[in-house]
Amino acid sequence: MIEVENLSKYFGHVRAVDNISFEVERGKIWGFLGPNGAGKTTTMRILTGYLPPGSGTVRLNGLEVTVEPEKVKRLVGYLPEIVPVYPELTVREYLRFVAEISGIEKKKISSAVNRVVERTHLEAVFPRLVKNISRGYRQRLGIAQAIIHEPAILILDEPTMGLDPAQIVEIREMIKSFRDSATVILSSHILPEISQVCDGAVVIKQGRLKAVMTREEWSKNLEIMITSREGIDRNDFLRRFPGIKRLQLSRNSLMLEFKDMVADINPILHYLIQREVGIREVKAGLEGLYMNIISKDGTRPDPCRREA
Amino acid sequence: MKSVWIVAKKELKIFLFSPMAYILSAFFLLISGFFFYNMVTWFSSQSARMMQNPAYANQLNLNKMVFEPYFNNVAIILIFLIPLLTMKLLSDEKKMRTDELLLTSPLKMSSIIMGKYLAALIIYALILMLSVTHALFIFLHGNPQIIPLLTAYLGLFLIGAVFIAIGIFASSLTENQMIAAMISFSTILLIWVLSWIGEGAGPEWKGILSYLSFFSHFQNLLKGVVDTKDLVYYLSFAFTGLYLAYTVSEFRKWR
Repeated sequence: MIEVENLSKYFGHVRAVDNISFEVERGKIWGFLGPNGAGKTTTMRILTGYLPPGSGTVRLNGLEVTVEPEKVKRLVGYLPEIVPVYPELTVREYLRFVAEISGIEKKKISSAVNRVVERTHLEAVFPRLVKNISRGYRQRLGIAQAIIHEPAILILDEPTMGLDPAQIVEIREMIKSFRDSATVILSSHILPEISQVCDGAVVIKQGRLKAVMTREEWSKNLEIMITSREGIDRNDFLRRFPGIKRLQLSRNSLMLEFKDMVADINPILHYLIQREVGIREVKAGLEGLYMNIISKDGTRPDPCRREA
Repeated sequence: MKSVWIVAKKELKIFLFSPMAYILSAFFLLISGFFFYNMVTWFSSQSARMMQNPAYANQLNLNKMVFEPYFNNVAIILIFLIPLLTMKLLSDEKKMRTDELLLTSPLKMSSIIMGKYLAALIIYALILMLSVTHALFIFLHGNPQIIPLLTAYLGLFLIGAVFIAIGIFASSLTENQMIAAMISFSTILLIWVLSWIGEGAGPEWKGILSYLSFFSHFQNLLKGVVDTKDLVYYLSFAFTGLYLAYTVSEFRKWR
């Protein structure tokens, strides 16, 4: 359980985080979304106790970060944006070191190391120096160090950054496997990643909270990018598809909000094709919403979309 | 205590892996060996001359004429050597962002700093031990007193312990190794020469300045005199350096 209340953080006069509040239920995976420089990393650093909050409170499983930092640190596993490894150590030495500093009993260190090596598939590089392993292995090593003490809360800062598509899928599957056993927050600016993996998402921009939404909410949304709006009759459309609660039609997009989760979009696409409406792209739930939220005030940021 | 050793062990592994420790040992042995060779040849030419006049012969003293100047020179080498040994210790964690690992683990800041101090101290002691070969050489060919030799090594160890503490403090200030090395080098050098500055100052300053200088406290130990005053001086200096490093590191989080 993660509770953030009215969290703010300034660096000098620069506002990094401005009055953010949200909650993540135990055992859920939540995404942290926002353009670069939105304050994602700063918020995560505050959650882990690396940075003190400027004002506001952060409670992890009921423990306040600033009041009981040591207990909180035992509770949290953290993968920073830059994987914190020592190139001079071997993978084995590094993991043993992390196990030792996270307070695992001496007798249990070997089994803890073996367990994470197996779980993150590091067997092949186990005896090698960290500086000689590839980016993908390094990222997995980062996850391995974060979960070695079986944390109840896992904070992952851009866990799939810089990986190839196959590795991204692999890491996502790994993250999904933490559901229920740990509460996970992961940051990303890859929208499909968040919508596939997460149960909910917090969107921030320039340090401010823009939206908090759950999977149910964003699953009700669908945006279809079209080439022209001719051939679409609003009333006919709504009559054909009674599941639609709201419809927004513009020159190049058709935004739909459903009463329930979107089950099958084939009939809708079929309907559009029959009327010779050119379809350029179909954006499931989160994606359309996110762009709407982010571009609402002023400049439209670089969408940074990458498909895995 | 356990966590201090965990950190120290990691630092030792990194020290022994990187070429730095070996290069520094070689550098140390080369230069101290050169000084030693100079002292010994000077001593033997002096003794050849003095032997012609038996009245002077009993003034020949290996401890005074070889070891004292030699150890003073070794201490000077340390002014250059120790900043290179300590420059990485805290700055590199910041630069490589591994401080995020250490500071989000249950480790205490004091354990991190003490662990790094302990590791540097061990490496330094090993390097210092290499130079014992020089003294052994004298024992093979002459018979110097052993007590002043032991206290001189104690003095060198203590001076190193203070220098390392200063180096760790400098390393806590920045994430740039070179800047850390420059800060510790100039700090150590300035404190070292305080007694020289004291020479020119008025009588009321002279005492204070020479008390603060590393140089003056080393002279007693060179002569075989272990004075609690000197030990307290070195230990409190080392403590101050480490405490400053601790304060700076804690403070950095709150900026």
